[in-house]
Amino acid sequence: MPAILSYLSRRLIILLVSILVAAMVLFLLLRLLPGDPANALVSVGADPEQIEAARRQVGSDLPLSEQFIHFVSSLARFDLGNSFVSHAPVLPEIGKRLAVTVPLTLMSFTLAIVIALPLGIIAAVKADRWYGWLISVVSQFGIAVPVFWIGILLVTLFAVNLRFFPSGGFPSRGWQRPEAAFDSLVLPVITIAIVMSASLIRYVRSATQDVLGSDYLRTARALGASFSEALIRHGIRNGSVPVISIIGIELASTLLGAVVVERVFSLPGLGSMLLLGIEQRDYPNVQGVLFISTLLVLLIGFAADLTQRIIDPRLRGRAAGSSR
Amino acid sequence: MSGLTTGAGVILKGNRLNARTITAAALLFGALAAGPVRAQDFDADATINIGSLYEPQNLDNTAGAGQGINEAFNNNVYEALFRLADSGAVEPVLAKSYKVSDDGLTYTFTLQSGVKFHSGDPLTSKDVKFSIERVTSAESKSSRKNSLKPIASIETPDDATVVVKLSSRSISLPYNLSYVWIINDTATNLTATEDGTGPYELEDWRRGSSLALTRFDGYWGTKPSNGDVVFQYFTEATALNNALLTGSVDIITSVQSPDSLKQFQTNKDFTVAEGKSTTKLLLAYNDRVAPFDNVKVRKALARAVDDSKVLKAVWGDYGTLIGSMVPPTDPWYVDLTKTDAYDPASAKALLSEAGYPNGFSFTIDTPNYDPHPIAAQFLQTELAKVGVKVSINVITANEWYSKIYKAHDFQATLQEHVNHRDIVFYGNPDFYWGYNNPKVVDLIKQAEAGTTTDEQTTKLKEANQIIADDAASNWIYLYPQIVVSAKSVSGYPVNGLNSQFFAGGIKKAD
Repeated sequence: MPAILSYLSRRLIILLVSILVAAMVLFLLLRLLPGDPANALVSVGADPEQIEAARRQVGSDLPLSEQFIHFVSSLARFDLGNSFVSHAPVLPEIGKRLAVTVPLTLMSFTLAIVIALPLGIIAAVKADRWYGWLISVVSQFGIAVPVFWIGILLVTLFAVNLRFFPSGGFPSRGWQRPEAAFDSLVLPVITIAIVMSASLIRYVRSATQDVLGSDYLRTARALGASFSEALIRHGIRNGSVPVISIIGIELASTLLGAVVVERVFSLPGLGSMLLLGIEQRDYPNVQGVLFISTLLVLLIGFAADLTQRIIDPRLRGRAAGSSR
Repeated sequence: MSGLTTGAGVILKGNRLNARTITAAALLFGALAAGPVRAQDFDADATINIGSLYEPQNLDNTAGAGQGINEAFNNNVYEALFRLADSGAVEPVLAKSYKVSDDGLTYTFTLQSGVKFHSGDPLTSKDVKFSIERVTSAESKSSRKNSLKPIASIETPDDATVVVKLSSRSISLPYNLSYVWIINDTATNLTATEDGTGPYELEDWRRGSSLALTRFDGYWGTKPSNGDVVFQYFTEATALNNALLTGSVDIITSVQSPDSLKQFQTNKDFTVAEGKSTTKLLLAYNDRVAPFDNVKVRKALARAVDDSKVLKAVWGDYGTLIGSMVPPTDPWYVDLTKTDAYDPASAKALLSEAGYPNGFSFTIDTPNYDPHPIAAQFLQTELAKVGVKVSINVITANEWYSKIYKAHDFQATLQEHVNHRDIVFYGNPDFYWGYNNPKVVDLIKQAEAGTTTDEQTTKLKEANQIIADDAASNWIYLYPQIVVSAKSVSGYPVNGLNSQFFAGGIKKAD
């Protein structure tokens, strides 16, 4: 097992360096934006002394180098600070937001896979039938359509006209009322799942097509396995390797893409916290959200890599230096 | 989007500073008469769901909480010595009565008895002193801080008496005190909790989503006609409209686009109430720099723009034209729409007189949220007709404060000014637009030092006339104030002055 350990430690180092680089980039990018976080605290009628006092309070009067030292030293202590504007500690607030964004992402993701796997395989296996062709065409369309447009369509149809689900918002007591919370996530989940499964279908389809044309499948058939036996025993496992890396990327982009969907549905998730934070130049909030989401994305990538190695003995073999 | 976050009272974004006029009252009455809610029919314990785009940033109006906190908390959770009623009148609340000394420099307030904070503590004069000093303190971000500058000292001879001594006369003191929440002097962590005397106490606040208030049983005044009030916050106007259409909210506090009104007007389940706001759309010039330091140029541009066309383009049949900074609901209103009315021929003549026969070009710094970009394009087209070339530079609300409000680094900017009684800004030569007319500065000072409100009104009317004659800025139009509700709900304020939204009188049919 030392091989897998050295793989893990290498991967962890990459993870840490990526996080550090991400932190610096976002520190600089935020401060390159014109504006001042103190502006979110004052209003027309405020006199120059009040504005200066606000700048001192948020520390935007300090030189950039000093701000950076503050930032890095508090980051090293895992202290994401307090919002400039709401004064609330950033980390617990992110925790509350994740209680919306994570279920939203995971449910959409699961639904997308449930839709995309069978449809993608059918589209590949039955490419010559009308329904195989139809799946390909519809999924192509799904990729082209912007996610907010689907959201608006679903709201108009299922919320405003049919009244099946709420049109937006999240229950004020959150997950303390699980049915209400779940109801408010149904349309956002479907919205993301539609867009996400559209692109997943294409990946599953092409992965399946690769498998279908492969020598080992022909060999399996020659050895007497039925087509579906061969596909299930050999095809799915082989085909899943590229699909998993795509799924990892898709999961990460869904997490970030939730920003748009959260806005369309007025959900109090990570995305709305980020958008408001950027508008207000609320550095601690923006840094906190970006830092945590970068962390999540990197962790997802890490998990996808690991899963691939478990499924694909060739990758495992490369690190271990031996076959199974 | 919540756009500009602003402090108490003086607000840019949003359009809820209004005073009810007879017209508005009649409109509301007419609207309510259509809704079949009789007094005995309402549910005394109903939950009222109020939909809004203005979530407070924190719960303290001296800590940069934004206009949303006034909407949710003024007179609902916190009360002041006085309040600005929806009619525009200043009414005593926690001050039972007050006396002014002959020299106008000593105000003696007697407090209501039997008033309790939500924590159970009784209200005393020390709480009042503490509360006023919070607003005037060095850390205070309240935009009302300046108007309370005449306060020299606050004394508390006994628990029920507060004596405020002034360094100079301030006829607006009771009005200005309506912005000062009375808070328990032992309260802490006011950005996330509260301890006020109002009819509701805070039950729960979920950032980014909702703020729930529940009836306070120990309230000293009239019991609210509902049980709970939940403010639900939306980032998107369409999502908010859908929430009303589907019944998840009962009221929208302020509709921002006329396009979305049709779906409610044509549906008999809803009531659309139009009040008059005090939100003005301004093309504010930097009066310090050429060519805008030339009054002829400013007058020419005022005549070159057909304001009614801009208003129609943005608001359809809603809204009002104005000729200066003062809306019809301020006591010192004068109809000045005829001053520099639309007249492109004379605009051209004035430009020639000013030395710009071939026009000139300038840049309008334009906030990136509605209605500014559309209005800017409109102005561009209008001004092109008299040979003035406009470039539009789109900026965010946050940049606006740095570039324009603070650094005065601009030629002209479009901005909505929500502020109630804000003609006083023209009396401050250091204000961002840099208008400096010593006569106006003087009149505005004299008005505040006046011995009667009549004197104040006369002086401000005079100042109003001068800024209009000087075309100090280009006042495009006055926003309408539109509240939409489900038909089953009544008793809400239509004019929401100072962004307020008193919830205590709202009734929901059984």
